[in-house]
Amino acid sequence: MTTNEVYRIALAGNPNTGKSTLFNALTGLKQHTGNWAGKTVSLAEGSVHYKKNTYRLIDLPGTYSLYSNSTDEEVARNYIVFEKPHVTLVVLDATSLERNLNLALQVMEMTSNVIVCVNLIDEAKKRGIEIDELKLMRQLGVPVLKISARNKTGFPALLDTIDRMIRGEISTSPYAIQYNDETEGKISQLVPNVKKLVGDRFPSRWIALRLLDGDTSLLDEIQKRMHQEEESTWNTVQKTSGSHLENF
Amino acid sequence: MNLYEGNKGDRIRIKEVAIEGVMRRRLLDLGFVPGAVVDVLKKSPLGDPIAFRVSHTTIALRKEESIKITGELIQDDNE
Repeated sequence: MTTNEVYRIALAGNPNTGKSTLFNALTGLKQHTGNWAGKTVSLAEGSVHYKKNTYRLIDLPGTYSLYSNSTDEEVARNYIVFEKPHVTLVVLDATSLERNLNLALQVMEMTSNVIVCVNLIDEAKKRGIEIDELKLMRQLGVPVLKISARNKTGFPALLDTIDRMIRGEISTSPYAIQYNDETEGKISQLVPNVKKLVGDRFPSRWIALRLLDGDTSLLDEIQKRMHQEEESTWNTVQKTSGSHLENF
Repeated sequence: MNLYEGNKGDRIRIKEVAIEGVMRRRLLDLGFVPGAVVDVLKKSPLGDPIAFRVSHTTIALRKEESIKITGELIQDDNE
């Protein structure tokens, strides 16, 4: 068992799902929550201590999607794919699951360390909406928890689930969308080549899908990141060979 | 018919979104997907933009987009 470690937990969700309210309730920070689009532009960070571990929470911008290439969406997408948080919490609005699940499915294509929080559960109850979280959990293949960030209900179970996911006690099998035969055929053609280029650094099926989407901004970003990586390796090589020369 | 031709009160089931690239993605994310049913809520005085109800939210579209989304009028059996 690990102790005294710092783990990064990213919060993703549509605008107005109470993502920042959850962030504030957990971290005790007074990050201002607003009610208009693009409120959370930069990434707010705060910490929670639980069972000797520290969770660094990162509040990603609220978005409906991760693919429309607005700055907000790029920031959220890049964080999940490139910074690889230990856990990504996807916060859903219980009163409009249909719209909210779009983002959840997108995140689940990028990483398997996903926990779905169905928030505003008190509001849903008022409107006569019942959420069957066990059924959702079975269908999505990731933990689903009902919470009310405003009333701070459901937090112990949420923190416990995060803890167990970090310790590797929960194995998820995120629901993978099956596309039509043509798309699936192209994906299986692309995946081996993508793997050759990026290895296990990034999810290859997801990158193949973005290639088919013609997402050039993602390609630029990958190229930039891999270039930086190469440069830093090269610098280390130079340093070591330099010291070798001195020895010689 | 396309969404731009819809009249206030019409319910239209989307068949095709003939838009490419980022705007297509945005429309799909907002719920304008083939098979979805949208209601025509309001038209502005000059008919552009038009407000639609799609997956429990009101979204206004410009003519450029609404004219490229096609579908069929559906009869409401409840009325």
